[in-house]
Amino acid sequence: MMEQIIQPWPWYVAGILIGLIVPALLILGNKTFGISSNLRHICAVCFPAGIKFFKYDWKKEIWNFFFVGGIFAGAFIANYFLMTDAPIAVSPALQSELAGYGLTDYSYMLPKELFSFEALLTVRGFIIMVIGGFLVGFGTRYAGGCTSGHAIMGLSNLQWPSLVATISFMVGGFLMANIILPWILSL
Amino acid sequence: MNNEKVQNIDSNTACVNASEQQHPGWYNLKYAAVGIIFGIVFVKAEIISWFRIQEMFRLQSFHMFGVIGTAVAVGAISVFLIKKLNVKTIHGEKIVIADKEFNKGQIYGGLLFGFGWALTGACPGPLFAHIGAGFYAVLVVIASAVAGTWTYGYFRDKLPH
Repeated sequence: MMEQIIQPWPWYVAGILIGLIVPALLILGNKTFGISSNLRHICAVCFPAGIKFFKYDWKKEIWNFFFVGGIFAGAFIANYFLMTDAPIAVSPALQSELAGYGLTDYSYMLPKELFSFEALLTVRGFIIMVIGGFLVGFGTRYAGGCTSGHAIMGLSNLQWPSLVATISFMVGGFLMANIILPWILSL
Repeated sequence: MNNEKVQNIDSNTACVNASEQQHPGWYNLKYAAVGIIFGIVFVKAEIISWFRIQEMFRLQSFHMFGVIGTAVAVGAISVFLIKKLNVKTIHGEKIVIADKEFNKGQIYGGLLFGFGWALTGACPGPLFAHIGAGFYAVLVVIASAVAGTWTYGYFRDKLPH
């Protein structure tokens, strides 16, 4: 049992557990699954700046901060107690492509050559961490949700606007990963 | 888009189906418990892996499609059963899920988020999980994401919806 837990989990185990979050939050207290709202709540708590979009009763949404706090704790537990030292498994095709950009560190689930405080001073590191993060925050709020709120919660509730959003996420991701990112990585 | 409609989206995106009931603060720990399971799954199934996201967008692996597809299937069956059987919350309240209203932001914003997702290899949930896993450089990405959300809030009346 423990042996299976410390190995990487297959997609169907992860998919079932994530899918069950939807009814768990509904049944525990009528909450709909959605993570990116927390970015808005952080703005509302820390920098509302008189902007209407950030003036609402964020205290009603405090359950979502607890949810994110749980994600912190769960990731901590998994990373420190439930992992092997084996390098991250990556498809050979991707490995050979990334090697062409000098990316060969598979010790963590992010390439350390791109994600570190030193990498911030490189052009590609800055684009990926700072511009990439900005697009995640701007895009999710503009779209009204992210992978959890639209792709999982919205599609589970058969909402066609969430299907539009999910298709847009995928189109944007395909364009970036296949066309623009190779150029950024070569900078 | 006129201002009235923007206000409508406003009320639809914050505090939807907020429960009418009042509970002590520690009741929120039940959501933390669900979050802990989510955080463990994020790490153990490599959903927070930048490499997994690159494989997904390059069609080099089935893994992430399997995860999201299974999650949607399980979620959809659950929502169907909750509605069909009129399941109540553990506090006896009727379960209500607000409908999503279409606006063009789902396309424009969706594309922009897609760009960010492929760059950072993370949607908002995994960003928080990286901090729990001890990878603190991702705080920079989270700070940028908060700045992006704030910038959207600042300009939203001028953006097409």
